[in-house]
Amino acid sequence: MPKEPVAVVGIGQTKHVAARHDVSIAGLVREAAVRALEDAGLSWADIDAVVIGKAPDFFEGVMMPELYLADALGAVGKPMLRVHTAGSVGGSTALVAANLVAARVHRTVLTLAFEKQSESNAMWGLSLPVPFQQPLLAGAGGFFAPHVRAYMRRTGAPDTVGSLVAYKDRRNALKNPYAHIHDHDLTLEKVQSSPMLWDPVRYSETCPSSDGACAMILTDRDGAARSPHPPAWVHGGAMRSEPTLFAGKDFVSPQAGKDCAADVYRQARITDPRREIDAVEMYVPFSWYEPMWLENLGFADEGEGWKLTEAGVTELDGDLPVNPSGGVLSTNPIGASGMIRFAEAALQVRGRAGEHQVDGAARALGHAYGGGSQFFAMWLVGSEPPPG
Amino acid sequence: MPDVLSAPLVVEFPFTRSLGPVQSAFLTGLRERTVLGVRADDGTVLVPPVEYDPVTANELGDLVELAPTGTVTTWAWNPSPRRDQPLDTPFAWVLVRLDGAGTALLHVLDAPGPEAVRTGMRVRIRWAATRTGAITDIACFEPYESEPDQAEPAPHTGEFADPVTGIVVPARLDYVHTPGRAQSAYIKALEERRTVGERCPSCRKVYVPPRGACPTCGVATAEQVEVGPRGTVTTFCIVNIKAAHTANLDIEVPYVYAHIALDGADLALHGRIAGIPYDQVRMGLRVEPVWSEGARHVDHYRPTGEPDADYDTYKELV
Repeated sequence: MPKEPVAVVGIGQTKHVAARHDVSIAGLVREAAVRALEDAGLSWADIDAVVIGKAPDFFEGVMMPELYLADALGAVGKPMLRVHTAGSVGGSTALVAANLVAARVHRTVLTLAFEKQSESNAMWGLSLPVPFQQPLLAGAGGFFAPHVRAYMRRTGAPDTVGSLVAYKDRRNALKNPYAHIHDHDLTLEKVQSSPMLWDPVRYSETCPSSDGACAMILTDRDGAARSPHPPAWVHGGAMRSEPTLFAGKDFVSPQAGKDCAADVYRQARITDPRREIDAVEMYVPFSWYEPMWLENLGFADEGEGWKLTEAGVTELDGDLPVNPSGGVLSTNPIGASGMIRFAEAALQVRGRAGEHQVDGAARALGHAYGGGSQFFAMWLVGSEPPPG
Repeated sequence: MPDVLSAPLVVEFPFTRSLGPVQSAFLTGLRERTVLGVRADDGTVLVPPVEYDPVTANELGDLVELAPTGTVTTWAWNPSPRRDQPLDTPFAWVLVRLDGAGTALLHVLDAPGPEAVRTGMRVRIRWAATRTGAITDIACFEPYESEPDQAEPAPHTGEFADPVTGIVVPARLDYVHTPGRAQSAYIKALEERRTVGERCPSCRKVYVPPRGACPTCGVATAEQVEVGPRGTVTTFCIVNIKAAHTANLDIEVPYVYAHIALDGADLALHGRIAGIPYDQVRMGLRVEPVWSEGARHVDHYRPTGEPDADYDTYKELV
């Protein structure tokens, strides 16, 4: 029996900001979930199961969100489960939910991811005082910056490429009412003169800390037929992982990322991603990860990703827009960031992305990664149901 | 297992929490010696109040004020209180249904012994002398002979002057940490200022630090291999900001955080480079360790003065 086609019929986000002191975590997730239900024209009673994701436990000290948030998400009396894959969790959470529908375990599933960075310890939570170990010397930026330098050395990319990405994403964010950073006065010169935090990564090429949540309603063919707005259809989805550190690991272009993309393209019958995909929502927490992932995801040959960025191909009006929403560089509630990528890809093919809509987007890729470039999750969504 | 190190590991963070309207009213009420519940869609009064109805999932907001007296619905004796528990003498954990409430509140009962506690006993709140807007504003419950208050709880606006909108919740985990056999051997060798990794019997790669297993082949490793002391900087960044967890390390910014492939190792480890201006550090720089006095790790690495390594010799390790 073939898989049930999966449709995205509801999407809800909070307005992402630095700190939501006005709501509890329950109130935050509730806001996104209610907006997704409204978009889908459904009520709590229509939801068969809830799949939730969040950042690692010690970021927020919420060890069992699936218990704490059951009331707020209408999950009482229904299956509720939690997914846990570090920064990629929003993507993996959506895929677990999609698989429940594809396997006909449930017909309509609410999936949701969140983070309140203002109430979390993202930095300390990653730097525990483990006995006998030398204290770590750098945070997340310090972890990833050496890999950016390795990319620059490997490809010979000019050192301005990162600033082009940051300037593009922050300008795209101005067209997205839910984005955290709305910096109307930003110029390319300001990005290029912003302080080096972890040389070669500058302040303006670094993601912010955000509070926010993102929710989606996934459903089967019958559910999609009742949707008041056009659905997005899942054409392919995959997850891959690999160890954080191992001899031969390619941090610039991890094998798990390549394999994950190849699996998604095979499912979606994509042979030339650069030509066949109309928009990409890619997990880019530091600007240079755009050219790096362009290569890892097969949009450019090895060493050529930065040329697409430099030529404007990834601009909103380019022929392969990347992060029309403004991306992680403009909005980063870590636990939710992956799901926002997946949801924004779906908004594009539903034609519901508003001012940051890519004209005529029929196929879009949502991408997330996490840990030490070790967890990957991606889906490809289309405006038409999958063939077959 | 011989010679395996172990040491305590305490993980402790103060987490902040925004309360939202319902919890804010509840905790501010406690500060003012007022217990609030919320009326659910079916009319039941829930104490402590919740933001969303556990049956209908609707948003709740009809607050009511409860009496400070109630009935124990069940209990468990705690003969040896632990740190940060509400009382430091033996006590009973109790569920108390306050008069007028449909649900029970978890707290503690101050009683001389388990023989003095029973389900159905009447109790009342003993307020803390100093109250801040926290569940501990109720110091505990105490036995209190009385008839249940049959009155319907009165509506309450939930409005107070200077409401509590956030709390700080410490979370603490106490572990005994052991790095295991392979890392214990590695750490002990460091005391002799030697760096000892392990070779995978399958792929022949040398892991430093060793983990006792090869993550690629999934087989145990045992063959010890001394590597270094010299190595090559494969890549690096220049850290220009002090992070919270490096602030007490007495390291001035900027400093160079580098990946260093020790000679003979098949993956890079991480360390700080010094003894050279930060803006002269480069990929391929040859370095050697400078050991901390009295500590079992390398303080930093400094240039050896050798010519830089050719990119092709280390590019597989970047």
